[in-house]
Amino acid sequence: MKIKPIIFIVILVLLDFILIRSIVTHGHNLAILNPQGTIARGERNLMIQVVTLGMSAIIPTALIFLFIVRKYRSGNKNSTYDPEWRHSNILTVAWWLIPSVFIFFLATITWKSTHALDPYKPLDSNVKPITIQVIALRWKWLFIYPVQNIATVNFVEFPKNTPINFELTGDAPMSSFWIPQLGGQVYAMTGMSTKIHLQATSVGDFNGSTAEINGAGFAGMRFIAKSVDQVDFNDWVMGVQKSNKKLDISSYNKLAQPSEDNPQTFYSPIDQNIYNDVISKYMTPRVESEEKSQ
Amino acid sequence: MDKEKLHHEDEKTDIVKFGFWIYLMTDLLMFAVLFAAYAVLRDNNFGGITIREIFNPPFVLGETLLLLTSSFTCGLAIVFANQENKKMVVSFLTLTLILGLGFLSMEFSEFAKLFGEGQTPQRSAFLSSFFTLTGTHGLHIIVGCFWIIVMLAKIVRSGLSVGTARKLTLFSLFWHFLDIVWIFIFTIVYLMGGLS
Amino acid sequence: MMEFIFGRLTWSSLPHEWFTIGGTIAMSGMMISAIALVTYLKRWKWLWREWLTTVDPKKIGIMYVIVASLMLFRGGLDAGMIWLQQAISVGSSHGYLNADHFQQIFTAHGVIMVFFVTMGFLFGLLNFIVPLQIGARDLASPFLNTLGFWLYVAGAILINLFFVFGGEFAATGWLAIAPLSELQYSPGVGVDFWIWSLQVSGLGTLLGGINFIMTIIKKRAPGMTMSRLPLFTWTSLFGMILVVSIFPILTATITLLSLDRLLGFHFFTTDMGGNAMMYTNLIWMWGHPEVYILILPSFGIYSEVITTFSQKKVAGYTSMVLAGALIAFIAMLVWLHHFFTMGSGADVNAFFGISTAFIAIPSGVQIFNWISSMYKGKIRYEVPMYWFLGFAILFMIGGTAGVLLSVPSADFQLHNSLFLVAHFHTMIIGGALFGIFAGITYWFPKVTGFKLHERLGQYAFWCWLVGFIVSFTPLYILGSMGAARRLDHYDVSTGWQPLFILAGFGFLIILTGAMLHVVQIAVSIMQREKLKDTTGDPWNGRTLEWSTASPPPFYNFALVPRVTSRDAFWEMKKNEKIIENPKYEDIEMPKNTALGIYVAAFVFLIGFGMVWHLFWLVAIGFIGGIVCVIIRTFDEDTEYVVTAEQVKKMEGGRKIYG
Repeated sequence: MKIKPIIFIVILVLLDFILIRSIVTHGHNLAILNPQGTIARGERNLMIQVVTLGMSAIIPTALIFLFIVRKYRSGNKNSTYDPEWRHSNILTVAWWLIPSVFIFFLATITWKSTHALDPYKPLDSNVKPITIQVIALRWKWLFIYPVQNIATVNFVEFPKNTPINFELTGDAPMSSFWIPQLGGQVYAMTGMSTKIHLQATSVGDFNGSTAEINGAGFAGMRFIAKSVDQVDFNDWVMGVQKSNKKLDISSYNKLAQPSEDNPQTFYSPIDQNIYNDVISKYMTPRVESEEKSQ
Repeated sequence: MDKEKLHHEDEKTDIVKFGFWIYLMTDLLMFAVLFAAYAVLRDNNFGGITIREIFNPPFVLGETLLLLTSSFTCGLAIVFANQENKKMVVSFLTLTLILGLGFLSMEFSEFAKLFGEGQTPQRSAFLSSFFTLTGTHGLHIIVGCFWIIVMLAKIVRSGLSVGTARKLTLFSLFWHFLDIVWIFIFTIVYLMGGLS
Repeated sequence: MMEFIFGRLTWSSLPHEWFTIGGTIAMSGMMISAIALVTYLKRWKWLWREWLTTVDPKKIGIMYVIVASLMLFRGGLDAGMIWLQQAISVGSSHGYLNADHFQQIFTAHGVIMVFFVTMGFLFGLLNFIVPLQIGARDLASPFLNTLGFWLYVAGAILINLFFVFGGEFAATGWLAIAPLSELQYSPGVGVDFWIWSLQVSGLGTLLGGINFIMTIIKKRAPGMTMSRLPLFTWTSLFGMILVVSIFPILTATITLLSLDRLLGFHFFTTDMGGNAMMYTNLIWMWGHPEVYILILPSFGIYSEVITTFSQKKVAGYTSMVLAGALIAFIAMLVWLHHFFTMGSGADVNAFFGISTAFIAIPSGVQIFNWISSMYKGKIRYEVPMYWFLGFAILFMIGGTAGVLLSVPSADFQLHNSLFLVAHFHTMIIGGALFGIFAGITYWFPKVTGFKLHERLGQYAFWCWLVGFIVSFTPLYILGSMGAARRLDHYDVSTGWQPLFILAGFGFLIILTGAMLHVVQIAVSIMQREKLKDTTGDPWNGRTLEWSTASPPPFYNFALVPRVTSRDAFWEMKKNEKIIENPKYEDIEMPKNTALGIYVAAFVFLIGFGMVWHLFWLVAIGFIGGIVCVIIRTFDEDTEYVVTAEQVKKMEGGRKIYG
């Protein structure tokens, strides 16, 4: 192999990394590696653990690989050539054993972490959790706070260090509820209720979105998840409660019409049954068709 | 026919039969998907008819008997083909065809009855999966009947050539395969659904 | 009545937007110039007799590779358009595409690259090489082979036809996940184009799969036992076993989807009891093994390339075969890892996560055995070997990313993000496509009789490798910045734009690489005398394909080779087993047939008719197709004899090993 192209490639790749580094450290947010919530932190630590495990297998392999491809190049007079060599019991065992051992460790990590970070598992905390019902619409997120009697669109606020029990459903094609700095995503689907438990450990505005494509307004289906102190949260709730914009079935149906890049909207009081109604809408025979047939 | 040519034809039959077996396996997998869909959607009748109301034991048993008998007559046709008894092959193939058509007309009348009651596949997910599963089997039977007709025409016109005998073998595999699929439908859809 | 004749077709279905008009003009321009060229050269008869109606797997293989190459540029154009949109559509600018167009383009990109590029290349290589490697003169069913190829072409035409008719492709992502792909949310013809182009080409793939299994199991030369099969044939066999195991699932699943769309059934709808999650399950039961179909034959190509260029036996043959079998087997048990986020519960997720990780064991064994195969070798670094080295680097990166994605709790963050996009591009480009390029460079002299230009091949390789790294490292980073895939617009505050632009430069470098391939082929054709392969064995090869002339005669082998060991040709050369005064025999070869192309044309009519609800056209296609098949099955005069005299003349005293 010639030396020149290697230098060329090394320079290019280095340049690439320097560029990326300068871009990334320019004050921008490596969201997943910069977690602000309990679950996201667990997931970040898990990723580091897995990558470390992976690297401890890959790096030695890569080194052996580089050594072999250099040593046994055809021009090298210091290497032996044995065209018949094809088998060694020890190596065969080793080649199967080494990856198996790594996968054993990985499997242990997988089993434990999957249960520890299960989005369905309620978080341990002394603080009373807040339940927020989430409905994915075309193309916006509706958040309903049943206890506080308020609802919001494309904006969700909650106190820090408080477990939030999100309950998710959809009135739209399959969407995926994702706040990278607080934790991984879960699908929101019609006719069923999924769950995710998150908790912010600091105050701040975090970006949320749908990660699953669900139609034309997909890219604009973003929201802000705002984590604040308990006092500020209470003030905010009281403010919204005064908004006097009612969320009942008729204003819901209007909201559920397809629309893109919706502004943040606040509702209070709310019809408590909307979340369950939206689910059961898909679970019972279509009303219109029965009317038609009569 | 000289020996070498015969050997060549044997080898060809062997390869074609092997390929046909693979095809049957792929068809079976396709049915597996339809069975899985049926299993998932079985209880989603949404106010429409359920399998218990569809299940009419003597009727379905009649369908089953027709198909099983047709498998038997198809087997006899093969036996006579090996003896190069053209006349009996034609008779038993015709009998198979009649039994197959009998099955189809029974299935058709069952479907027509349901459609007449407004129980169409659009009515519920259960009915979608029911009609698709049984209907796909029915479509296969139609293909089989068509196949018999083409083969009969060929045999009557130009006798039992090596090629036709080979096709007869493949057909019998196909026909028995459809029987097996029907047994699954009979058990999983009708018996397990109707008696639960 | 009008509705019966024209179905859903109306004046407004004809192109009226810039991107469909552009596509129509480009396509018809290419078509017209191709027709004009053939007419000018007076080659229609030749084209029809020698190529379009051929049953020779070598010629069909070449046609597969040509169609796949055209589709590679088509899919690459999509990739460029995706990049351009993402690089400029930020903040107040919304780019040059609206969301719907953008979504159609990435859907088309995915479908084309998987079904019509990678699968096309694979079937091309399989057609040409597998019969030669096992010492066969032909495939088990030459007719099914030409039919499969023309169905693939019919699917490719159908997927490109949406420019002209309807101007709309599916905007759903390459798997058209329900319920987004249901009538309720995608009322247009886009999803129907998706369904029927896959249905038609998928049928071709299935026929190909059956045919190759028959061929490899039943048509091997005497002495070519399974334990002596070349590794490319082995991995192809595993790939084809996967094809027949999963393509029926695809066919059934999208048939159910089209029943929903066409007749109002309720399999995957949101209402009346339909279950959309079932669609996700079924489509991934097909979709996951599909990516292993793409990569397994490439693994085989690497094994062939390594042993040839290290001039040494493969190490751990049995381990390699076992590892291939395990990869194929485990591939069918891991589909759920594509939707850990659907709420299956920790036990189920952990089970599928761990079973996914198990794939790393046989993959690791493959890597280690490749390393040991080079050990004590004498490695010549020529272009196919470069592709292998590039693959090895990318495979280790992509593999680590894959292991990371297999852990459910990590996947919750990385799923549906650009990290995932970067991962599977690393595997499909770095794994499957690099292998295909290695294979094409390696077998090119066998196909054409002359080698590809070495230096230009190296340049192309470096462009691909560097371009890939420049293009996809930013995507890994973007994923960890929380960028979802498939976004047609994002905010300035995200800070993603510089990375998207950087990725675009990578794309341009890759494009240069692809152009260099074209230049390389052109230059090689011009210098074909200089690059000529006179021996039929330009690389000092090991397997039977190198024992014939380059290009091989249409009957492949004048005398069926007798195989006594692995690396059959290498051993023959070593022991100088040359047959003196060979006694040629008559050879029976299949006759050309136009029925394959006719049947595919009728199936195309079915597909087109179903898209537009032209049910009379469907009926014509259906009846025409059946009539053709009946004609074929009762045609007992499908072979002809090449006499020993003719064979002797064609061989012209060539050395014959045996």
